[in-house]
Amino acid sequence: MTPLGLYQPGTSVLHRAAAGHKFLALLALAVLIFVVHSPVWLGVTALAVTLGYPVARVSPRRCLQLVRLLVPVLGLVFAAQWWLVGFDSAAVVCLRLLVTLGAANLFTLTTRVDDLVTAVERGLRPTRRFGVRPERLGLLVGLTLQAVAALSMIAGQTREAQRARSAERSLPAFAVPFLIRTLRHADELGEALAARGVDDD
Amino acid sequence: MSEARNTSISQSSGRALPAADLARTVVFAAFIAVLGLFPGFYLGGAAVPIVLQNTGPLLAGSILGARRGGAAVLLFLALVALGLPLLSGGRGGLAVFAGPSGGFLIGYVFSAVVVGLIVQRATPRPGLLVLLLANVAGVAVDYLVGIPYWAAFTGDLRVAAIQSLVFVPGDAAKLVLVSLVAAAVHRAVPTVPAASPRTAED
Amino acid sequence: MIEFEGIGHRYGEHAVLDDVTLRLTEQRVAFVGANGSGKSTLARMINGLVHPTGGRVLVDGVDPARQGRAVRNRVGFVFTNPDSQIVMPTAGEDVAFSLRKKGLSRAERERRASGMLARYGLAGYEEHPAHQLSGGQKQLLALCSMLVLEPDVLVCDEPTTLLDLRNKRRFVELLEQLPQQIVLVTHDLDLLGNFDRVVVLDEGRVAADDLPEPALEHYRKLIS
Repeated sequence: MTPLGLYQPGTSVLHRAAAGHKFLALLALAVLIFVVHSPVWLGVTALAVTLGYPVARVSPRRCLQLVRLLVPVLGLVFAAQWWLVGFDSAAVVCLRLLVTLGAANLFTLTTRVDDLVTAVERGLRPTRRFGVRPERLGLLVGLTLQAVAALSMIAGQTREAQRARSAERSLPAFAVPFLIRTLRHADELGEALAARGVDDD
Repeated sequence: MSEARNTSISQSSGRALPAADLARTVVFAAFIAVLGLFPGFYLGGAAVPIVLQNTGPLLAGSILGARRGGAAVLLFLALVALGLPLLSGGRGGLAVFAGPSGGFLIGYVFSAVVVGLIVQRATPRPGLLVLLLANVAGVAVDYLVGIPYWAAFTGDLRVAAIQSLVFVPGDAAKLVLVSLVAAAVHRAVPTVPAASPRTAED
Repeated sequence: MIEFEGIGHRYGEHAVLDDVTLRLTEQRVAFVGANGSGKSTLARMINGLVHPTGGRVLVDGVDPARQGRAVRNRVGFVFTNPDSQIVMPTAGEDVAFSLRKKGLSRAERERRASGMLARYGLAGYEEHPAHQLSGGQKQLLALCSMLVLEPDVLVCDEPTTLLDLRNKRRFVELLEQLPQQIVLVTHDLDLLGNFDRVVVLDEGRVAADDLPEPALEHYRKLIS
């Protein structure tokens, strides 16, 4: 559906596993790490998650990106927690973070957005009796991505207009006209959707 | 869907057409995503930069009201969770909900709803004071969700609350900015929270 | 056949249309008039996007205010701004979006969408990001997304206003070749030579209703 996305193409076991199963495994892992309080076992879990990266053949560049994102967060949390509570607590909290962030990120890297949408649509089917229409998720994703493209263009034009009036540094001078044009776009899109029978669904 | 309700897209009373509703929700979710493309702004000597995107949920509530504003934020977060890099800095995926700020992201939905509920009470259109009040409440609700969520990791509510203090200066600047912008938009487009009576432009 | 019977419309205190009665049987009809003359509002009534506050509209005997769904199945609508009527990220998905309720398989929807794109000069653009198309191509895509539903009537509200001269001409020539009944709202008077009927609206009333030449002459006098 979209070239956009954090998915990294591949053929590993983790790539081939069904999106629904991977998601359930992720949930189980999340529960597990809140039940386990032993730093040793949390450390083992963290190691297992880390091993998932070479298994999925995640590119070194992506891994480095992740490390650069994780280290400051973990460092900050560790320092604050050590200072406020103690070393053991700091270790447990950081290991928990490492496991959840690492596993969730691995999930996103190895799961195509399309497959995930299909899995969610299927998984949420029982909610239909409450009036939810999960089968529309795919359409919503498409509609929103197209709206992102349209609004990016509008944002660019608003920015140029702002420059032309040399009000570059004023945030409201950008935000107000951008919002007004956003709302107008929404009105026009609403009419277009109505003309294409969305009200008649 | 009953046809009787659709008496007119231009009728000011009654509900807007579902298509108009859907369009506003979708476009505002996209609006929040587009805000993420802009770098942070330093406002009024605040030490922490305002990530423009963080104003999105408050703006959604301030401008669309509780139902559509909340739905727009929920849709935006769903897209992020699906793995689209729509959070500022090109982040996305489930991992962003796992870190210290994950609860604050989830809290955004409640922020938008609470802001919307308060703003909707102001008729015919909300003034600056109402908007400020609504956005203070909206930010507070975000903390009410975000802090316990983070406490689940740290195991200590007090510690989580202290650590969350770093967000306070930025959020204070942010809610003033949102209120000013929303007040201006309501002045310019006075029909915003209602069913959007519109004239076919010809 | 499209019938307007004593149509009136007001937004609050402001009357946009006043006692308009028309029977449109010709295949190519144009509405012209100044800004605020009510022509876009009148066009929107044909597929029930706007409902009249007085009188009634009938499309082949069906009232869009009562049976909107039935009418929208037969009336396509092309808007002025292509950027806000393309709803999905790629050209193929946008055309396929129209077919979502036809009970077709995904493969069949894609096949029909490709066929439609190919017929209007957009072959091979199925996967192309819609927002990267040129203005003329976007308007063609909007047309494809409507025609794929095989409507009987196609209403176009100033579809050429944002196009350059060459694309304006191409678009109107294309409209003239369609088997559908066309109702074109426009400011581009030069493009109406081959139309069967031109209705001039002024301040919510029909000011002239004739063949293109006399009607447009009347309109030019009106605005000068």
